[in-house]
Amino acid sequence: MNKGIALLSILNKDIRNYYLKPPNISWGMIFPLAWTLMFVLRSETEVDLIEILPGVMALSILFGTTSMLAVTITFEKKQKSFERLMLAPVSLYSLMLAKTGGAIIFGILNAMVPLLLGIALTGLRAINWPVLMGAIILIAVTSTFLGLMIAVAAKEVFEAQTFSNFFRFPMIFLCGLFIPIQELPALIQPISYVLPLTYGVDLLKVAVGAEGILSVFLNFTLLLVFSFGLFRYSIHRMERNWMN
Amino acid sequence: MKAIKVQALSKKYGEKEAIKGIDFMVEDGEIFGFLGPNGAGKTSTINMLIGLLKSTSGTIEILGRNLETQKEAIQAEIGVVPDESNLYPEMSGIDNLTFCGSLYGMRKHDREKRALELLKIFQLEDVKHKAFKAYSRGMKRKLTIAAAMMHQPKILFLDEPTSGIDVASARQIRKMIEDLHQKGTTIFLTTHYLEEAERLCQRIAFIVDGKIVKTGSVETLKASLHDQSGLLLKLDQNMANLKQSLQEELKLTKVEEINERSLKIVWPPDQELTPLFTFFRQKEVHILEAKRMEPTMEEVFVAITGIEHSEEKGGES
Repeated sequence: MNKGIALLSILNKDIRNYYLKPPNISWGMIFPLAWTLMFVLRSETEVDLIEILPGVMALSILFGTTSMLAVTITFEKKQKSFERLMLAPVSLYSLMLAKTGGAIIFGILNAMVPLLLGIALTGLRAINWPVLMGAIILIAVTSTFLGLMIAVAAKEVFEAQTFSNFFRFPMIFLCGLFIPIQELPALIQPISYVLPLTYGVDLLKVAVGAEGILSVFLNFTLLLVFSFGLFRYSIHRMERNWMN
Repeated sequence: MKAIKVQALSKKYGEKEAIKGIDFMVEDGEIFGFLGPNGAGKTSTINMLIGLLKSTSGTIEILGRNLETQKEAIQAEIGVVPDESNLYPEMSGIDNLTFCGSLYGMRKHDREKRALELLKIFQLEDVKHKAFKAYSRGMKRKLTIAAAMMHQPKILFLDEPTSGIDVASARQIRKMIEDLHQKGTTIFLTTHYLEEAERLCQRIAFIVDGKIVKTGSVETLKASLHDQSGLLLKLDQNMANLKQSLQEELKLTKVEEINERSLKIVWPPDQELTPLFTFFRQKEVHILEAKRMEPTMEEVFVAITGIEHSEEKGGES
């Protein structure tokens, strides 16, 4: 059996059924656009604008991926169509990679809105593109897998939305976007280091020429560890909660 | 080779043992009925057989393969029609079918051809571009069955296929089951409609409280109620006041009043009829008609499960 057909078909179905729906396209465009404009209005110089770019991109990816995935999986689980997927002759790992693929692509495209706006307004001359693109991809992957973990824990769509906010809002304030981690109270600082977004934001900062806390290599490694860990943990929970 | 072979299968939910070490086999190409009261363990068993639920212990072999180690290969060979539809409400009928075909690795041309073929068989061609959510209950059921047949599975699991749908759709589905059987597909069927099980199944297993209490062909199951075989008597006058004396004098286990002048009594086929005729002659009642009544599947169900079937209908499976 050609499993590639099955996996591509799941990805294609999700993109058509969820991500390409007008409300989601507008959410994917308007949300990052609004964030960008909000910060642009506050920026007085081109340097300011470049400095805020990592934050806007990170938030756009985080909100785009976690909301969509958590809601779509919970919705399909509730209406039983997820069972149809689980009956397909593909492993649960492959199935979930196909299922999360749409959200990852959606998250990456979300990040492109502020990035393109940044290019248009500043030209972004001093950008380290490989680091920037690597960071965007890995933030999208970790945020999507965080959404997957939430989806596995939620029974209802509203629960998924509530859980998403429970994770997202503290992350925004603790990942070093608005307040540098070193300036956070000493008791809270360890929490920052268990958040994947911290390392993604650090990479984005390095990519736009700012100073990072950790080395690029360590940030990438930690993001990969988070990606693998979150995905593995979610699959384990699925097997335990849904198949037992 | 057996299509399905289940040995010492059990399932625990926490402390509750839902399936208690069941064993059964389904022959290749047969229609096997799996019946039982609500909560007896039918759905848990099916979910374990199709790989949606992990068993606590025991082994499941499907088409000679162990489900534990060759789940994907098995899932490629089976089709599943759950009791509730599991298609995508927003997608059209044809899109749902082609999507299901793609899950089994079917190429675009093949899945489109097969989808059109099934839409024709199930008479859903006119509504193929309509969203699934706009389908009637009967149409939804038919499309769900068609979706399970897209990849031409060797074994089809049907959980309550005709439950809650119109007569015409139910007849069409039964006909389709018979056709599939003719073509050699093995069918594992659960249903609340005992006449349906009687008509379609070669063998039936009854599960009660997580245990299989009886397995056999319709004929053998009915034969097990030999002593419960009855006579339907049509009389020339109202029998209401004689019912009790009839039961007491002839020591009958059961006298059922069908209407004012008709009675159904338990009277095994090899039991002499003379005492019965004598009784009625003495009471000056004439027997207008006497008809031998074989036990119905409902009576078999009640005798085996100990539960009135009327309590079961319309409930959860």
